[in-house]
Amino acid sequence: AAVSNSSLTSCFTMNEIALSPNNHEVHIYKKGGNNWTKIHVLKEHNGQVTGIDWAPESNRIVTCGTDRNAYVWTLKGDAWKPTLVILRINRAARCVKWSPKENKFAVGSGSRLISVCYFEQDNDWWVCKHIKKPIRSTILCLDWHPNNVLLAAGSCDFKCRIFSAYIKEVEEKPAPTAWGSKMPFGEVMFESSGTAGWVHGVCFSESGNRVAWASHDSTVAVAEGGKSAVITSLTTETLPLLCLTFITENSLVAAGHDCYPALFVYDAGKGTITFGGKLDVPKQSAQKGLTARERFQNLDKKATSETKEAVLESLHKNSISQLSVLEGGKAKCTKFSTTGMDGGMAIWDVKTLEASMKDLKIV
Amino acid sequence: MAKNTLSSRFRKVDIDEYDENKFVDEHHDEAPDQHGPDAVEVDNLIRQGDMMAAFHIALRSPPNSKNPVVKERALAVVLRVLTSFKSSDIEPAVKSLDRNGVDLLMKYIYRGFERPSENSSAILLQWHEKAFAVGGLGSIVRVLTARKTV
Repeated sequence: AAVSNSSLTSCFTMNEIALSPNNHEVHIYKKGGNNWTKIHVLKEHNGQVTGIDWAPESNRIVTCGTDRNAYVWTLKGDAWKPTLVILRINRAARCVKWSPKENKFAVGSGSRLISVCYFEQDNDWWVCKHIKKPIRSTILCLDWHPNNVLLAAGSCDFKCRIFSAYIKEVEEKPAPTAWGSKMPFGEVMFESSGTAGWVHGVCFSESGNRVAWASHDSTVAVAEGGKSAVITSLTTETLPLLCLTFITENSLVAAGHDCYPALFVYDAGKGTITFGGKLDVPKQSAQKGLTARERFQNLDKKATSETKEAVLESLHKNSISQLSVLEGGKAKCTKFSTTGMDGGMAIWDVKTLEASMKDLKIV
Repeated sequence: MAKNTLSSRFRKVDIDEYDENKFVDEHHDEAPDQHGPDAVEVDNLIRQGDMMAAFHIALRSPPNSKNPVVKERALAVVLRVLTSFKSSDIEPAVKSLDRNGVDLLMKYIYRGFERPSENSSAILLQWHEKAFAVGGLGSIVRVLTARKTV
């Protein structure tokens, strides 16, 4: 079954993944040696699970789904117990992310708004506030700024925006950032321009001073915060990218419908983003020789006499829908994972990639 | 026979107009109104045989108004240039374009496919092959996702 969502985490002593095999459930696998065993199945959603995020410090999992609900799961003894969070949305939830301090989480949905949820001690339940304006379509992706207040959101209204998700009940007023100093809840600190297409993936750099996004018009862009934000974009010759992450302050790994992760390098000085290379170099398969008859048949049928069969040589056999940093953080990433619509998950080692590809330089 | 004797005028009301969350497409017209290439200038260049110049002028200022008449006129000029090209000249012409130029060319090629005339499809397919070699699938995706069409 296609793994449409997953959240990988290396908890304190364990190596565990939470993923959803494109249905109503969340499965938790534990790594033992070279094997993964399913240790838990979380059943509560009434609709497909669209987002999962695992908070490593507090060891809680938040899930959201097409049933318009979100659940916060806590480990009680040997089992994960769900707590319902009322999102007050009338369309499917699409993505969910814990804030860095794990005291809030944000849910993007088809209701054209973001539900920012926090725990209300007095009533012992989760409540949420809505960020609505000026969002005009489904929110597809979210990423938090390291200050726990700013939230980047990519939407089907073709925009990437940075909002303030400041909740006075759980935090102090934030210090000024590159995106501005006044951050009342819901304030738009940045709105993208210059790219078209739905924004499938969004990511803050480790410092929070840069935000990158991937759009359906086969572009990848970076905005640098400042008095006025500087936007740099790259139009690619490939199919649209669906997910991306910073692996250093200047380098991005992105992947999507072409089924392989690729490196992009941002040069603030030159104001450019350049393609840094494919990170998935397939082993060359032996070419079969073609008889003259086969060549002629190919020429007749396909107007080409090449032997290329319609087989994907990349590791993933279908679109890559999610990219996650596993080790090293977004400034010095050493390992990242990709999950795809082919139901596969791969773990990539940055050092190994750098060593095996001669022109690959990660700056 | 049952006849609907109640007024059905309410069915003609566009309820989306009253939806406060209605998506309003903002078209930021940052660029000044462009009306497309000058047909006369392009015609002259074609007659003189300077296809490369005609090609560049035809692609230089795509119309950015929503007026279908303006768009039709621009499309006609561009198609005239594309169909007048010799097959062997297509590749160098495509190579002389920058990234945005290739994307724009691809948009016109697909518009040209929409209404094939005598021999247009054959030559447009050759243009498509050369443009695809440079622009890749990305340029085709941008034809599909473009907010500003030609």
